[in-house]
Amino acid sequence: MAYNFKEIMTRPERLAPGHRMCAGCGGTIAVRNVLRAIHPEDKAVVASATGCLEVSTFMYPFTAWEDSFIHNAFENAGATISGTEAAYNALKRKGKLDDTYKFIAFGGDGGTYDIGFQSLSGAMERNHDMVYVCYDNGAYMNTGIQRSSATPMFADTTTTPVGSASNGKIQYRKDLAAIIASHEIPYVAQTTFVQNFKDLHIKAEKAIYTPGAAFLNIMAPCPRGWRYDPSDIIEMCRLAVETCYWPLFEVVEGKWILSYKPKNKLPIEDFLSKQGRFKHLFKKGNEELIVLFQKEVDRRWDELLARCEG
Amino acid sequence: MSIRERLSGNEAVAHAMRQINPDVMAAFPITPSTEIPQYFSAFVANGKVQTEFVPVESEHSAMSACIGSESAGARTLTATSSCGLALMWEELYIAASCRLPIALALVNRALSGPININCDHSDSMGARDAGWIQIYAENCQEAYDNFVQAYRIAEHKDVMLPIMICQDGFITSHAVENLEMLEDEKVRAFVGEYNPEHSLMMPGKPMSIGPYDVPAFYMEHKRQQAEALKNAKKVTLDVAKEYEVLSGRSYGLFEEYRLDDAEYAIVIIGSAAGTAKDAVDALRNKGVKAGLLKIRLFRPFPGEEIAKALAHVKAIAVMDRTESFNSQCGPLGAEVKSALFNARLQPGVLNYVYGLGGRDVKVEHIESVYDALIQADKSGDFSDGYRYLSVRD
Repeated sequence: MAYNFKEIMTRPERLAPGHRMCAGCGGTIAVRNVLRAIHPEDKAVVASATGCLEVSTFMYPFTAWEDSFIHNAFENAGATISGTEAAYNALKRKGKLDDTYKFIAFGGDGGTYDIGFQSLSGAMERNHDMVYVCYDNGAYMNTGIQRSSATPMFADTTTTPVGSASNGKIQYRKDLAAIIASHEIPYVAQTTFVQNFKDLHIKAEKAIYTPGAAFLNIMAPCPRGWRYDPSDIIEMCRLAVETCYWPLFEVVEGKWILSYKPKNKLPIEDFLSKQGRFKHLFKKGNEELIVLFQKEVDRRWDELLARCEG
Repeated sequence: MSIRERLSGNEAVAHAMRQINPDVMAAFPITPSTEIPQYFSAFVANGKVQTEFVPVESEHSAMSACIGSESAGARTLTATSSCGLALMWEELYIAASCRLPIALALVNRALSGPININCDHSDSMGARDAGWIQIYAENCQEAYDNFVQAYRIAEHKDVMLPIMICQDGFITSHAVENLEMLEDEKVRAFVGEYNPEHSLMMPGKPMSIGPYDVPAFYMEHKRQQAEALKNAKKVTLDVAKEYEVLSGRSYGLFEEYRLDDAEYAIVIIGSAAGTAKDAVDALRNKGVKAGLLKIRLFRPFPGEEIAKALAHVKAIAVMDRTESFNSQCGPLGAEVKSALFNARLQPGVLNYVYGLGGRDVKVEHIESVYDALIQADKSGDFSDGYRYLSVRD
């Protein structure tokens, strides 16, 4: 699986331009780059949970999807695509279909970590030959930046607003990739937009072409929700990885593999200070909050290293 | 030669499914419909069908998977009851609006709460406005016959809507009756192959399903859906005619029992119609001109035909096996009264709530309804028009 940046990036777009996603949207970048990993000769059925992605790419009578696409509801992209995959198996068995189709579901962290969690868990456990891709931007962005179980601690969201008696979200974030890995499916990976998309591309291709269920967790920054300049997205992703806030790893047949270890782990301030949602952490008197945040990042990073070395 | 069998309602429907040999079944167990996916799983396990069985983790996912499957051009079905149907709620509307002819075997059971596993119609009546075709059965034979006819109605090009084939929990689902099944090959020939015009997996013709719909289009789409559901009435009759040739059993939009010359009539759905027919016979023996109209097709509601069939009747009791909590009528009561009003008919109408949560319905209970009808007709007093049957005060 040699990575040829130029060849991959010049593949025909499977999500056509002209959709209504925001400029600099991480979700769109995640989707386009996952779809680039489908071999050009193969067909796909793409499902999406309700969210920005769905309402902005398929507004009647226009669709941006070059492949077949299905939107059902918010909480059931996993179950929906599992039904489509079952249909494919049945139609193949009965000799009614010759072509090869791949099945990919997309959901934001709301549709994946939270409301769609049960549907996702069921689809993963049944081990359908499908990929579920979470584009994780760490809040319910479509409805206006409400907290999710993927929202990092202390983030200022519209349901965890910073105020005289609040420092933003109280809880840590859910480790969904580990939870899905515990479903003992063939392939789980976490990635984001670094290394000229090499890490994402290789993982997406593996996920799509590994028989059985696969899960990709892609950090997909949202400039509106995180409050940074949209042109800084690649820097935002680099910092998330270099601070070990968003580690890159794979779980292949139950084996944990670290994809990248920063030479010099950067302090978490480097990631937090670039985002408006963490502005309050840098006010005088809130130094302790950053210490707490750093502690949690360190704890999780050490735990991941132990898993990967163990 | 048809096959004589002794089967429960659940077994009968499972056999109809086996004979149809659908592409996909996605289901989650719930009493009293659990046996249907159980029997069907055994058919899969023994190679009697080539169906892909998806053992989902909830009814919401069952209907979600059905939508994903049917959208891909696969003939798809499920079975459920009560809270299972309630959990599918959101998905029922989506299945209908996507024009997916999914078949659902519903075994009617009371909705929680309090939790109760026995029969009433609160589940399917609650879903009556979801855009599904609804057909009800009195007994196991009808449940079987209705299921065999289901796809011919749902998949008709003028319809393309999901269909709910309902039978009463335990009363028919678990009661073993003598019934006649058609031969497998006859069923397969009758139902035919499913070749939808559009699907997710047509090479060279990718399609998108389930758009965000704006005010400029949403209403037209709803109107198209409503027209398609209207079309289901004629298609139901056409399919029934063909089925009669095949089976010798005749079906319509509803059944009229001794209704021609009746002065007092009951309108009823489901298994209690059998009990009510006995009451009609007993009253006829006493010289009372009692009659009955049993609903088969509830959605779309054949209002004009029902009003016509009831036009000569002096007084009518409409029997609702669910409470609508509107303090004036049950869902069937509302439909029948509306149909009569539209036909400019004004007979006296009593609307009864009966049999909730499996409350037994006996012949004498139904006789008491006819007695009340006669009394109200004589006195001209229908003011206490929404009542409960056999309930402690």
